[in-house]
Amino acid sequence: MNHDAYPDNYIRGILNSVKSIAMVGASPVNVRPSYFAFKYLAQRGYDMIPVNPGHVAKELLGKPFVASLRDIGRPVDMIDIFRNSSHIMPVVEEALTLDLLPKVIWMQLGARDDAAAEKAEAAGIKVVMNRCPKIEYGRLSSEISWMGVNSRTLSSKRPPAPTQGMRLSLNRMSVGGGDTAASDRAAKNKSEQS
Amino acid sequence: MSDRLPGFSTLAVHAGAQPDPTTGARATPIYQTTSFVFNDADHAASLFGLQAFGNIYTRIGNPTNAVLEERVAALEGGTAALAVASGHAAQVVVLQQLLQPGDEFIAARKLYGGSINQFAHAFKSFGWNVVWADPDDVASFERAVTPRTKAIFIESIANPAGSITDIEAISTVARKAGVPLIVDNTLASPYLIRPIDHGADIVVHSLTKFLGGHGNSLGGIIVDAGTFDWSAGGKYPMLSEPRPEYHGIRLQETFGNFAFAIACRVLGLRDLGPALSPFNAFMILTGIETLPLRMQKHCDNAKAVAEFLAGHPAVSAVNYAGLASDKYNQLARKYAPKGAGAVFTFSLKGGYDAGVNLVSKLQLFSHLANVGDTRSLVIHPASTTHSQLDDAAKIKSGAGPDVVRLSIGIEDKEDLIADLEQALGA
Repeated sequence: MNHDAYPDNYIRGILNSVKSIAMVGASPVNVRPSYFAFKYLAQRGYDMIPVNPGHVAKELLGKPFVASLRDIGRPVDMIDIFRNSSHIMPVVEEALTLDLLPKVIWMQLGARDDAAAEKAEAAGIKVVMNRCPKIEYGRLSSEISWMGVNSRTLSSKRPPAPTQGMRLSLNRMSVGGGDTAASDRAAKNKSEQS
Repeated sequence: MSDRLPGFSTLAVHAGAQPDPTTGARATPIYQTTSFVFNDADHAASLFGLQAFGNIYTRIGNPTNAVLEERVAALEGGTAALAVASGHAAQVVVLQQLLQPGDEFIAARKLYGGSINQFAHAFKSFGWNVVWADPDDVASFERAVTPRTKAIFIESIANPAGSITDIEAISTVARKAGVPLIVDNTLASPYLIRPIDHGADIVVHSLTKFLGGHGNSLGGIIVDAGTFDWSAGGKYPMLSEPRPEYHGIRLQETFGNFAFAIACRVLGLRDLGPALSPFNAFMILTGIETLPLRMQKHCDNAKAVAEFLAGHPAVSAVNYAGLASDKYNQLARKYAPKGAGAVFTFSLKGGYDAGVNLVSKLQLFSHLANVGDTRSLVIHPASTTHSQLDDAAKIKSGAGPDVVRLSIGIEDKEDLIADLEQALGA
């Protein structure tokens, strides 16, 4: 997989197929990006599991925190890592010891570890880096268009009137890859510098 | 569901718009409402905390305006956009995110006269200090960089004479200085030039001109290229530091490559207030659907009129980058191969009196202070927009007593030429 520019179909396929998501580094502080993403994905019907050893015995939007991936005690489809790039590898290594491997490992906006991605991909796991699943879901459904964001999708179909907490269709025609050509280039230059 | 890239004309018609979920309306409805009902208290809190996508109040966002924003972002190749009340509003909102009092920005000397005034006087009173540079001399931008420089501002096709700016060369200076390049793309429109493809980090427009295109609605827009790293060096605290207005959110961390557009919305538009009317957004959206058709006709007409004027005995000079003999023709071939725009100047051998005489005798050209209308427009800067300057200052700003500015419309070019011929005649 070219981690500089994901085809929309790759992201669409992941968001359409996974049902359970363990979020490593989920925060109960309601101004942290992980809290936003956790809440949004839960509203869109994903089975969310907060993983953060600092908050065990507490809950996040009604879901009990667990200390580690192993403590979840059941298979999960996707692991969403809300940690800095330097903390990715141990999480991926732990994921690879699970009895049933996740189908997807997703690293949050700003997080990228190519070596960890290679390890996960070698085990047959799909990897997404430096993206936010909330933003991607909002983009592919065009819900993010309320914010003036370029969804990079088009549709001439009449969408259903949205109701609270409903799943949205992600099957709009794509205008291109996950981001604009210019923003992709900028991200690539940044990752090559660091 | 293949990732095929639709062309510019398809985006001009479709990007951002979809049938209305409730009514099935195919044209974008005008959501002429100040405010939007919340589902419940939690939904309201999520929207106010920037945690959910949705509408609150038309000063912050509106569904009609959002279609316009996404459409222009798509046409420019940006990650997001924010529509505001005018091109001037776009400039103040952009710089508010970038500059603190005492900071500097470098601006090309050749700009729309209104921008020169805004930068030199209004912004100075905010403590945002403009440093002028010469767009024909890239080294003058390099020399102007100081530790307080926060941005570089240029026009792609520059007022008043339609000169072409070497965007790539100036973007190299901006990158080296670690500051964003802002390009006013009003006179080109994304049909002729897409500045982001040449290194721009932020694009602004007066939508009033070619994008709206019909001389009926004011508007402005800011496009975020998603290319600039706002966290590097701590120079842009509005984007990189926790915002007290939003309980400590860091915008770049939360919104990634469209954080600048979000900052313009939630810190700029929300607090300064220059919101675009949804009705104007609708008018401008309708205009954009025909942008590719109109812009090509504007350019083809402008070239024919410029060629006619260049051969007329009463004319001493024509400044149009689309003419092979023009000093900017090489840059025009590189940056605007489809056409060099439709705004240019020419000089009359008869000086000031000949300029006044020409304007009074024209029958089709309208004498007014705007550009980018379907109608052809004319202005004699020395007797109008620049009349307060002395002769030396007029000449320096490209508005000498003998200079006439045209904005060529989409009428039949033979009629425009005939009108100029009769007015220049005797």
